[in-house]
Amino acid sequence: MSILDILSDDEQFMVRTVKEFVDKEVKPVVQELEHANTYPEALIEQMKRLGIYGLAVPEEYGGTPVSTPCYVLITEELARGWMSLAGAMGGHTVVAKLLLHFGTEEQRRRWLPRMATGEIRATMALTEPSGGSDLQAMHTVARKDTDGYVVNGAKTWITNARRSQLIALLCKTDPAASPAHQGISILLVEHGPGLTVSRDLPKLGYKGVESCELSFDDFRAPAEALLGGVEGKGFAQMMKGLEIGRLQVAARALGVGRAALEDALAYAQERESFGKPIWKHQAIGNYLADMATSLTAARQLTLFAAREAEAGRRVDMEAGMAKLFASETAMQIALNAVRVHGGYGYSTEFDVERYFRDAPLMIVGEGTNEIQRNVIAGQLVKRGGLDA
Amino acid sequence: MRIVVTAKYVPDATGDRHFSDDWTVDRDNVDGLLSELDEYAVEQALQIFENSEDDVENTVLTVGPEDSKDALRKALSMGADRAIHVEDDDLHGTDALGTSLVLAKAVEKAGYDLVICGMASTDGTMGVVPALLAERLGVPQVTLLSDVLVEDGMVVGRRDGDAASERLEAALPAVVSVTDQSGEARYPSFKGIMAAKKRPVESWDLSDLEIEAEEVGQFGYTEDLDYELRDIRSDISGCDDKIAKVEEELGDRSAARGASRPHVRRWTEMRVYGRRKGIPSSSRPSQRPCWR
Ligand SMILES: Cc1cc2nc3c(=O)[nH]c(=O)nc-3n(C[C@H](O)[C@H](O)[C@H](O)COP(=O)(O)OP(=O)(O)OC[C@H]3O[C@@H](n4cnc5c(N)ncnc54)[C@H](O)[C@@H]3O)c2cc1C
Repeated sequence: MSILDILSDDEQFMVRTVKEFVDKEVKPVVQELEHANTYPEALIEQMKRLGIYGLAVPEEYGGTPVSTPCYVLITEELARGWMSLAGAMGGHTVVAKLLLHFGTEEQRRRWLPRMATGEIRATMALTEPSGGSDLQAMHTVARKDTDGYVVNGAKTWITNARRSQLIALLCKTDPAASPAHQGISILLVEHGPGLTVSRDLPKLGYKGVESCELSFDDFRAPAEALLGGVEGKGFAQMMKGLEIGRLQVAARALGVGRAALEDALAYAQERESFGKPIWKHQAIGNYLADMATSLTAARQLTLFAAREAEAGRRVDMEAGMAKLFASETAMQIALNAVRVHGGYGYSTEFDVERYFRDAPLMIVGEGTNEIQRNVIAGQLVKRGGLDA
Repeated sequence: MRIVVTAKYVPDATGDRHFSDDWTVDRDNVDGLLSELDEYAVEQALQIFENSEDDVENTVLTVGPEDSKDALRKALSMGADRAIHVEDDDLHGTDALGTSLVLAKAVEKAGYDLVICGMASTDGTMGVVPALLAERLGVPQVTLLSDVLVEDGMVVGRRDGDAASERLEAALPAVVSVTDQSGEARYPSFKGIMAAKKRPVESWDLSDLEIEAEEVGQFGYTEDLDYELRDIRSDISGCDDKIAKVEEELGDRSAARGASRPHVRRWTEMRVYGRRKGIPSSSRPSQRPCWR
């Protein structure tokens, strides 16, 4: 029984194709790209040709949509090769889903066909210098006048901001609203006068793709840029969009965890000490056993949330659990993979140190794990506990 | 133009491969895939289609067990138009001679102007099937090409060797084989994977090709061959005669088929070290074994 058996034949073939792409094209070049912090142009172009950017776009808009479990497993494969590649399609998917669920028909027709091919890439801008967890306290304001919106404010940590032509900007159209979330909207903005990408932020891992500071100074957006055409819905829209976003981040964690386990498993059979392969020392064998066990649990939890999402159910709690557990698991597995590799685990000539630097992002990004716990606890109380 | 690409479904070289009790490859207990070297053939066919102003129909043909459909599916997902699967229990254990017979009959039945083969299979790695196939079809063969073009009823290509690079051309219909230097094969796109479902896959057996079970299979040709070899071994001094006799017989056979000797024109380009004209450095012959 393979984990892929839950997918249709076609979807299994897609995941296997991505696996082949990762093994043949990504693995041989990732170390060099990572350490030179090079944008993986050629790999991204290949991902476009594969159809990675159209996975959440319906056929009528030119995409090849897949089930949520398939999306999770494709993301996992990409991240197994290089987490940055999975990061370069995550926000894009969230924006595609936002357009699909909440966009006007005109907005869908305008963006989705070119997003499906990757000709246009998209990102989302939520976090501000003053905070990412408490989104309702944000300061970026879009003021309506006769010609549309005038935007002022700053965003930070916005990944793929330079290379995305479309930015789903979370901002306040009514700063005085109470409760605050009723004054929040999403604007679909493009680069133009008044929008400056002021800085690429230096980071521990997640190399090759840019995470930037954006500043908006009297930036103008037309009235049609308002997602769905109605103000005040942005917070709820984004929370829905983040369901797939969190599944995506969980899947990235699975990919990093799996890569770390695969490397550790191979190394433990090659490396010898005291006259035997190190996996035969029980301490090392136990690491491998625990890594595989927790990874399997994280995968099943993530696929469970993905199936729930596929069935059209609300999955903020389930996606939160998956993201929380998968990211903590990936961190633990990455650390143990360093241990198994001994001194080489600390070497930049091996991949494990990268897993160890990439794993924490999934703990922090797309809502910190503390915030996930808040969501889970809130839902537990609201839903009266877990289903029987 | 009708192109037929021959594609083999091979056991995964990274898998745990074993022989069965009858010394054929145990295909049940190892995953299979489209031979990597045949992917290059599919790629060249697709490129000919993309660069051609005329209609090009790409058919991918495989001879092999039920699971070989996976290889066809991959080729269809890459962009081939239709697929033919020759499958018959009596084919079990067929060697290169038998395979070339089946391929030849199937290629003829499918209709073709050009047959594109990989340079060898990644499992058997003999690399003789393209030549055998051309011989059986009675058409020119241009093997081991690192690029392929079709123009004005001719197939034109370049064969890179250690000392020289040759430009070869042959009139269609013809058989060519391409190397792993001919250009990386594309990955099936997700759209291609979905579209492949709608493309036709025909299944033929030996009776469709008017081939007798005795002509193929594990013992299809070995008996004849054993006899010849034993004969030669027992009378080394008679070797010249033997060869003459075999040649005579071959001559008779091709006369019977009405085929003239394939006509292949050839130029040998002088090799200028470091910058051979018109040959990008990336496609120079590599030092590594061609099937990696
Ligand atoms: C590499 C990278 C890429 C990113 N890409 C993007 C992107 O593309 N788009 C985007 O919008 N954002 C992006 N982010 C931002 C990310 O989503 C935020 O960093 C994250 O949401 C946390 O916000 P913060 O950094 O402001 O931390 P803060 O909100 O200041 O939190 C600080 C600490 O306090 C905790 N905390 C805060 N409030 C609570 C609470 N109520 N209960 C319990 N604990 C709490 C947090 O969990 C955290 O531990 C990215 C971040 C990184 C590092």
